[in-house]
Amino acid sequence: MSQAVPLLEVSDLTVEFSTRRGVVRAVTHVDISVGKGETVGIVGESGSGKSVTSYAVMRILDRAGRIAQGVMHFSGVDLIAASEDEMRSMRGREISMVFQNPRAALNPIRKVGHQIEDVLRQHSQVDSSALTGKAIEMLEQVRIARPRERYHAYPFELSGGMCQRVVIALALACRPRLLIADEPTTGLDVTTQKAVMDLMVELTRQQGMSTILITHDLGLAATYCDRVIVMERGSVVESAPSRAIFTAPNHRYTRKLMRATPRPGISLRDLLPEDGAASAPVAGALKSPSNGKAGTPLLVVEKLVKEYPRKGAPGSLRRVLQRKPASEPETFRAVDGISFAVNRGESVGLVGESGCGKSTTSTMVMRLIDKSDGTIMFDGMDIGVIAPKKFAELPLRKRIQMVFQDPTDSLNPRFTAARAIADPILRLGEVRGRRTVRARCEELAVQVGLPLELLDRFPHQLSGGQKARVGIARAIALNPDLIILDEPTAALDVSVQAVVLNLLADLKDSLGMSYLFVSHDLNVVRLLCDRVIVMQAGRIVEQGPTEKVLFAPQAQYTRDLLAAIPHPTFM
Amino acid sequence: MSNVALPGRRGASEHGLFAILRHARYILGENAVTAFAFALFMLIVLAALIGPYVVPYDPLASDTAAALKPPSLAHWCGTDQLGRDVLSRVIVAARLDLMIAVASVALVFLMGGLAGVAAGFFGGWTDRIVGRIADTIMAFPLFVLAMGIVAALGNAVQNIVLATAIVNFPLYARVARAEANVLREAGFVHAARLCGNGEARILLGHVLPNIMPIMVVQMSLTMGYAILNAAGLSFIGLGVRPPTAEWGIMVAEGAAFMVSGEWWIALFPGAALMIAVFCFNLLGDGLRDIVDPRRRT
Amino acid sequence: MLSLIVKRVAAAVPSLIGVVIVTFLLTRALPGDPAAYFAGPAATAEAIEQVRVKLGLDQPLYVQFVRYVGDLARGDLGNSLTTGQPVGQELRSRLPASAELTLLGLLVSVAIAVPLGILAATRPNSLVDHACRAISTAGVSLPVFFTGLVLIYVFYYLLGWAPAPLGRLDVFFSPPAQVTGFYLIDSTLDGNGEVFLASLKQLILPALTLGIFSLAPIARMTRASMLAALASDFVRTARASGLSPFTVVVTYAFRNAMLPVITTLGMVFSFLLGANVLVEKVFAWPGIGSFAVEALIASDFAPLQGFVLTMAIMYVALNLAIDILYGVIDPRVRIEA
Repeated sequence: MSQAVPLLEVSDLTVEFSTRRGVVRAVTHVDISVGKGETVGIVGESGSGKSVTSYAVMRILDRAGRIAQGVMHFSGVDLIAASEDEMRSMRGREISMVFQNPRAALNPIRKVGHQIEDVLRQHSQVDSSALTGKAIEMLEQVRIARPRERYHAYPFELSGGMCQRVVIALALACRPRLLIADEPTTGLDVTTQKAVMDLMVELTRQQGMSTILITHDLGLAATYCDRVIVMERGSVVESAPSRAIFTAPNHRYTRKLMRATPRPGISLRDLLPEDGAASAPVAGALKSPSNGKAGTPLLVVEKLVKEYPRKGAPGSLRRVLQRKPASEPETFRAVDGISFAVNRGESVGLVGESGCGKSTTSTMVMRLIDKSDGTIMFDGMDIGVIAPKKFAELPLRKRIQMVFQDPTDSLNPRFTAARAIADPILRLGEVRGRRTVRARCEELAVQVGLPLELLDRFPHQLSGGQKARVGIARAIALNPDLIILDEPTAALDVSVQAVVLNLLADLKDSLGMSYLFVSHDLNVVRLLCDRVIVMQAGRIVEQGPTEKVLFAPQAQYTRDLLAAIPHPTFM
Repeated sequence: MSNVALPGRRGASEHGLFAILRHARYILGENAVTAFAFALFMLIVLAALIGPYVVPYDPLASDTAAALKPPSLAHWCGTDQLGRDVLSRVIVAARLDLMIAVASVALVFLMGGLAGVAAGFFGGWTDRIVGRIADTIMAFPLFVLAMGIVAALGNAVQNIVLATAIVNFPLYARVARAEANVLREAGFVHAARLCGNGEARILLGHVLPNIMPIMVVQMSLTMGYAILNAAGLSFIGLGVRPPTAEWGIMVAEGAAFMVSGEWWIALFPGAALMIAVFCFNLLGDGLRDIVDPRRRT
Repeated sequence: MLSLIVKRVAAAVPSLIGVVIVTFLLTRALPGDPAAYFAGPAATAEAIEQVRVKLGLDQPLYVQFVRYVGDLARGDLGNSLTTGQPVGQELRSRLPASAELTLLGLLVSVAIAVPLGILAATRPNSLVDHACRAISTAGVSLPVFFTGLVLIYVFYYLLGWAPAPLGRLDVFFSPPAQVTGFYLIDSTLDGNGEVFLASLKQLILPALTLGIFSLAPIARMTRASMLAALASDFVRTARASGLSPFTVVVTYAFRNAMLPVITTLGMVFSFLLGANVLVEKVFAWPGIGSFAVEALIASDFAPLQGFVLTMAIMYVALNLAIDILYGVIDPRVRIEA
């Protein structure tokens, strides 16, 4: 902590939004201070007001928002009294911001080099003749390979990680004193995430910059920040140095967040809050005897392949025009000959970064798309040869079900929760009659911990966690043998995730199901899965019991993945 | 995605028609302009339904002695060159114009909407064929094509309806196809397959209900266009023949007199046209708000 | 870049083929018997039959079609039955009149609609915004022929400011030396200020009518896409970087917003070409639209066929130009091609 006057001092900040339902207070009486050279993390779940606070500091709030009260000082300047012209001259030059979703944050029809020049030109940092040189220099600083070439690139030609580097270059071009990073790595692969965070930290430390890192990921905050401020529903609940927050949290909410974060060395139950009673799932109530054949293979996949024609593959016309042979093969192998098995009663994790083919694999096993080659055996039957359209009508369909990643997308906006849960029962179940179906829906709702009065609500009236429960209820409605879970908690807040993961584990035990759990989050997989399969570029790199793979990985890629997970040194 | 459950608007325990009506009343209450458009719409429908029975004069009765009289107490909108009362003709024409509009819109919804949904959902050959048909129609300036079709098929009202429907086909097909295409990859469609729904059932029971609202908005906006189209065709002598009372042909008949100062013959039918189309456009915008507030312009 | 153009041109070919086929089919289905008309009211059945053979109307449809395509390839669009003149020649001489009118109308509407839409989007809920929305909704509702008539009544009959709606030029003046066929351009090239003013006076009302008609969709689309651009993530980045309001609105928001507007122009052209016919009737404008309407009344199929074909080909060419323009502006389209 610096003893001098803090660089940024915010006291008693309150921000209001006028909405159709009246005035809403997004942020109430928030105090923040950032010293010179300090990195402060603001941690909170959705709705905590962390982003709104940063927008207020930069005075780029939405038209409907306004700063109702508070005092903000940046290096002696009163940020609230400053005129728009003064603020504009400070933005980008004194205080900069890096946002989530980097590709959308860049102008899609303007070369990235020109975008950096725009910022430089605006703040007259450099003469016009030296602008291009400086822009290329910035690209070099953010470690973009071949900066001279990439200067002329458009955002859609760059990967997500590269776009984020460009955004960082934009933000740091004029050497600001304070950098605000709003969820800068959300949506990026874990290895890219590490690279981007390390870069940001290195550049800011080099120039003695202060940073505010806004994130929902406690691990990230612990690893990269000196101090952490925890926000809940618009207010600050705790503010302390990182070590103190993580080893000895004070506030009830901080403790809940801490506990809910998946980390090595704990069990599933440890994720739940200490007074777990209220939010513990009720799944254990209905026990059914587990299948006597536990341990035998249920799903066996052998040499599975999925090929796609490469986008823009040279057609005859193009070949004629270009008059040169195609340099790349005409097809793209999303899944390149993988083999694995899932035993009864087992939970197998399928991990990898984006583009590794894990989602394609799960979709093929689900029989939603066709395979190109290989076999898929389920309970001794070859289901790979059955076309997807036909499979939907077979009784076999009941035995393999799925829980989807995005709870909002996977529920029909025109169906109530009850109707969504009833869908499989109506189509494939043997239950008939309105009342019987309704009774079964209620039974399922109890099993997944969904309050009965929510059954007649539409998806837009339910929270993320409630929608996830509806999706789970629908998946277990027909007592399937195998459930494929495609990143089921990726879109949920960490405290909700804790509850849902416990629910999934309990359901698996009480209903005797097997899981194929697809995820990019190794910490979650560690908690829920007995065995782990690691995929990269369509191939299996390593597979085996969870403890073995995650504690003593054989493959370099697995080691890289594990190293990329943020872990603070004191934990 | 907040953790807080959003309160259901008055508890969605009833769904279907009642919920829609209640929601509609809420929106109409909030938005004066839409309420006004709706009232106007009811007025036009009324004129169409009972108009012929309440008009002061017989729209076809000519009285050359009273020709070209400006608006007066006896004739609120004046008389035309054959001495017919303009007001009566304007009111009676509402029925014909409204009928043409409704028939065209219904026809194009069936043809274009269903073709577009199938094309967007199934892809492949269906998509290619529908696309080719739409592209061929779109290669023509639409009014010119309508002219050609009515000229080819003959001067009759049903041909105006057919021509308007054909000319609007690409728009409907395109909107329906775009929506179906997006929904095809939606999670709930995959989930529906997992629940054992066949493709046809998914199309009709899961996808179509999500597309209907946008189609309804489109239909309301096209009503206005259909009326303008029919009026335009009548203006150049296609479709409706004298002495039928139709707004477009009345404007055509009054055009020559406008230049010499007898403004009322063309003005009142023209104003009626304007008001009707304006009403449908406002209604379409209001419907869009009811159906999907995210799309507000 | 070249491959983009080639691709787009190749994609336009099937449309042209479709147009030719449809036009042929349409005009073969016209009511009335051209042979009887041509032969005259006093002709015997025999004479009519002779005329029919001469016109090739007794052949099966596909033979007629082949003949038709062959004629087209030679630029022969047949002869008008009423005037006896080759249709191609008539169309060529009348085309500049329609083109001048339509282009001027489009210019007027773009010059008003685009700034209006931008202003409305940058000042939400202000007077300008409400005016823009009102104009958009009202403009779409006005029948174009009615607008024309009202304008004539107000500006010619009541105020006497505009000349009589009797065509391109008052009888006292003679047209300038033919270079492009556009009176405004030709009179400028000629140095003839009087004729320039006279043609301009005649052009104002019809161009204004067309302009008002196409104002609404352009203003509406400009406003909507500017609003979307101003609310986008990359504009937020631009603001957070402290860029000046001008740079943000023009370089960042506007250029992106223009893309959907350019695509809308295609649809607007379709409406304009149709509205052209109506406006030419109201203002007695000697363009191809009035040519077609006269032919319609006389059931004269060759001019009608030529008219529909010409309009369609012009439209396909215009759409091609718009597509290519879009590709030039949007690198995402250009580079993937």
